[in-house]
Amino acid sequence: LDMADIFAALYFHVLKHDPKNPNWDERDRLILSNGHIVPVRYAAMAHAGYFPVEECLTLRKFGSRLQGHPERLRLPGLETTSGPLGSGLSQAAGIALGARMDAPARFGASIPKFRVYCALSDGEHDAGNLWEAAMFAGANKLANLTAIIDRNHIQINGVTEEVMPLEGLRAKYEAFNWHVIEVGGHNIRVFIDAVEEAKAIVDRPTVIIAHTIPGKGVKEIEFDYLWHGKPPSAEEGKKFLHELRTLKGTIQSEHE
Amino acid sequence: MLLAQAKLKETIFDQPELALTRDGFGKGLLELGETNKQVVALCADLAESTRMLAFKEKYPERYVEIGVAEQNLAAVASGLANYGKIPFIASYATFSPGRNNEQIRTTISLNNVPVKIVGSHAGLSVGPDGATHQALEDIALMRVQPNMTILSPCDSVEAYKATLAAAAHPGPVYLRLAREKTPVMTTAETPFVFGKAQMLWLSDEEPHVAIFATGPLLYQALLAAKELEGEIPVSVTNIHTIKPLDRVAVISAARDAGAVVTVEEHQVAGGLGSAVAEVLAEEFPVPIQFVGVRDQFGQSGRPDELLEYYKLSSAHIVTAVRKAVMRKK
Repeated sequence: LDMADIFAALYFHVLKHDPKNPNWDERDRLILSNGHIVPVRYAAMAHAGYFPVEECLTLRKFGSRLQGHPERLRLPGLETTSGPLGSGLSQAAGIALGARMDAPARFGASIPKFRVYCALSDGEHDAGNLWEAAMFAGANKLANLTAIIDRNHIQINGVTEEVMPLEGLRAKYEAFNWHVIEVGGHNIRVFIDAVEEAKAIVDRPTVIIAHTIPGKGVKEIEFDYLWHGKPPSAEEGKKFLHELRTLKGTIQSEHE
Repeated sequence: MLLAQAKLKETIFDQPELALTRDGFGKGLLELGETNKQVVALCADLAESTRMLAFKEKYPERYVEIGVAEQNLAAVASGLANYGKIPFIASYATFSPGRNNEQIRTTISLNNVPVKIVGSHAGLSVGPDGATHQALEDIALMRVQPNMTILSPCDSVEAYKATLAAAAHPGPVYLRLAREKTPVMTTAETPFVFGKAQMLWLSDEEPHVAIFATGPLLYQALLAAKELEGEIPVSVTNIHTIKPLDRVAVISAARDAGAVVTVEEHQVAGGLGSAVAEVLAEEFPVPIQFVGVRDQFGQSGRPDELLEYYKLSSAHIVTAVRKAVMRKK
């Protein structure tokens, strides 16, 4: 839920893409490094027209294209196979570098034909591979790369600052030659502004640190790390969805 | 005797010319730079010793420096391949595919993108560097990953051909190279087909043992075959493609001889010997003797000392052949 607003913004405003032609050469690439949040991507892709919304109900089931962690070869539009944390930013950097190698020269500069976005969790910043990638992207001035960190402060074993402190995250990225923007991750307008700002930064990659609320919109589970990887029961699901669709009981929803 | 159709060098037993498999790779990569614009090279701070340096100097815009970061090496290459490039990544085999095994599994093999992993300094013959740098498990690591293929050339000339074949193969490839100079057996005319084993030696009489060897130790296998002339007739087959294994050639040579010896500079567990045994156990069971390292790490020393200590030289192959014959009776 913490990334629902950002994925809605990505698929319905930010990304240059074509659901009917998922392998279009000039599409923007969205690399999901934290593969475990792929349900939110599946939902956004279904609503954007990549596949029927009903197919979302096959999630994690035998024979489904919607694997528990995303697999590029099973579902068009996923870009990469991911799940083991820490390697997505490297792949995104590789794609961004490839695009720049082939970029046509314009106004004396190489302008790649598309941008690369990479969604990261905060917990995966424990991994060494991620910092190898951060160092590489900064060194190579990959300005066509924008990373988006889901800064929800939770990971499986608890609160990030207790498991392995990540702060000062901004200072760390700045030291690695990144342009850093911090936004509230549930304010779509501010997030889109940040994406636009990143396009104007031509000499460095940009990271958007999106401060998010885990379980956003469901009072009972907000901020609770124990819900990080736990699906609700059928009854809880019904209750939580009701809470979300009525904005905590403040409006009447079409489902009522 | 050496088979004429293999077109080997005629002087291999008298005056073997020595060369680096790494140099064969470097030559192949440089040629690919000219013939295939999609080829890019990435290196983890070892451009000279992995022989990427010439490519780096001639095609700097297609060379990517990674630094000492092998996990990033694999995953950045995955991204480049995903985009449409044909990346060659080079380091020592203990680091790549050793240290970065999971990145290779998820972002290259499962993702099924055409990254070419070049593991240099494989085997014991790294010599003085010692056990930390002697990769003896890399074939096993790569063999168990679906979509991955493995090329293990026997000499410098074959390493050149294997490099071109790796670029032409549409999927992931692991290319295994050695550090030291080793005898050159093959020539430009020696046939090389990806996935096809090639018999190099066949006795005049019906062979009693089929030897399958991979990498530079193939030379020791040929020395053993020559030494056994008049005593035990054998065939010697070069397995340059360990995966996919040429099942037809393996079964046919094993059927003709009725016993098998495998030879590799690698752990017996999980390497060429295991691959051959898996096929024969199901298809045509015969006695098999394994020449390889037996659940030990290496150590510092001259390559010849190490081959002797770990029982990989021609004398030990001869012993293994005799044992295989005895077990037939």
